[in-house]
Amino acid sequence: MWRDAALVAGKDLRIEGRSRVALSQVAPFGIVALVLFAFALGPDRQVMAKGAPGLFWVAVLFCTVLAIQRSVSVESSDGARDGLRLSGIDPAGLYLGKALAVAAQLIVLELLLAAGVVLLYGARIQVPWMIAVSCLLGTIGLAATGTLYGALSSGLRVRETLLPFLLLPIAAPVLLAGTRIWQAAMAGGTPATGMQWLRLLVVFDVVYLAIGVVLFGPIQETA
Amino acid sequence: MTDDPSTTAVTDVSGPAPMAHPPAGPVTNTGVSPVPARSPRSKLVERSIGTIALVGTVATVWLGIWVTPPDRIQGDLVRLVYIHPGVAWVALYLAFGLAAVSSLLYLWPRTRSLFWDRLAAAAVEVGVVFSACTLVSGSIWGKPTWGVWWAWDARLTLTAVLLVLFLGYLALRQIPAEPEVRARRSAFVALFAAIDVPLVHFSVNWWNTLHQGATVLNPGLKLKIHGSMALTLLLGFVALTLVFVWMLLVRYRIGVLEDWLAANELDLALIERQSEGGGPVDGGPVGMGAIDELSTDRVVVA
Repeated sequence: MWRDAALVAGKDLRIEGRSRVALSQVAPFGIVALVLFAFALGPDRQVMAKGAPGLFWVAVLFCTVLAIQRSVSVESSDGARDGLRLSGIDPAGLYLGKALAVAAQLIVLELLLAAGVVLLYGARIQVPWMIAVSCLLGTIGLAATGTLYGALSSGLRVRETLLPFLLLPIAAPVLLAGTRIWQAAMAGGTPATGMQWLRLLVVFDVVYLAIGVVLFGPIQETA
Repeated sequence: MTDDPSTTAVTDVSGPAPMAHPPAGPVTNTGVSPVPARSPRSKLVERSIGTIALVGTVATVWLGIWVTPPDRIQGDLVRLVYIHPGVAWVALYLAFGLAAVSSLLYLWPRTRSLFWDRLAAAAVEVGVVFSACTLVSGSIWGKPTWGVWWAWDARLTLTAVLLVLFLGYLALRQIPAEPEVRARRSAFVALFAAIDVPLVHFSVNWWNTLHQGATVLNPGLKLKIHGSMALTLLLGFVALTLVFVWMLLVRYRIGVLEDWLAANELDLALIERQSEGGGPVDGGPVGMGAIDELSTDRVVVA
């Protein structure tokens, strides 16, 4: 399973390395979103710094949708999906591999967005490790759920419009938790409230990763 | 194809199909399978539940508006208590609980049957209506008591998220697919959504809480209100639950008919086109007459 996961993740990242779709389209989109949020909330830096945690995570969610669409679409042409299923790769490995590749791309993207939030909105981060952990856990959760829904919607002609509708409400706890952890990390002080949310993220990740590992095979059959 | 007269004719069928009733009757030489028949007993059950639900609802309204006293603090506003928690109970616990359980039963290989799929679909659709009513009645109550139509309170937010999750489920069901494929896909989505509910619940609770604690379903089930008010409240719960059951039965039956129509649409249209040319099809007396008959009860296209 783990070897298969590494193979699939390597394949997806290699495709990204050669096509540069995430780098040249998804990442700039994230920056555009940050700029648009700034326009929406006005030039008052205090307001923007206050809203920075939420804006960061909303931008991440939007980018997740794009990353998942991309992750599905690389399999949708040339019968690649059938090829993967024929290759004897363990479905659980396939799931983890796809999720891992998406997560790796999102982490890079989040570094960029975090830098953008600090530079453009003037957000001050007091407890960097909490931000790092929240991004890591949140990203795992988003990649885990996103890959599941991506597989469910992969055979559909209306995939592009349906996927965000299905995925974004499911990801609501990630947005809430991520935002609260960021707020705690920006305020400094005791990390007690942040810890509660970190635990929630851990539960979210474990639950959806477990579902994916168990059910990815049957889900593929529906596509 | 949707302008096809047979479509309207079939939706007018005044009552076929009991739960999980297999299509009965002889398969005919026209390629059209018989309209799923409906046993007199299931019809009776459905009508009885419908009647009791109606009577119960009317009684709740009567008691709620004319008999029970106004509240000391909230005045007449308190009368919303006879509707709002009951609607919420149906939407959030009954409907979505049932949808989750039946989706799980569909996915479980031993209990896999389209029965569970249709039941889940019916439950979600009715649940969406009820949760929309929950939000609307809550808003009407919230404006005078809290001063706002909407507050980002934990329970309101959870209800709204649930509504959106299950609207997604319905959107997915709209996509044409083989019944089995659609059933599996929908069951997965319902299951993922159901698993998300406790997580959303905890997160919105930590996020913000403004709503009063549960009045009726508090630990120990001790009613905190008394007399005619408690009675009306209880009656409202029962009546709304019955309304839910009745809507569920009807929606299930429509689901069976929809599947039948989807499977036979083309054949029905063919019969109709052929009958326009005059003369019977395949030697049988089939023509517009047979399709017209669909608007009556228990018809077999023969």
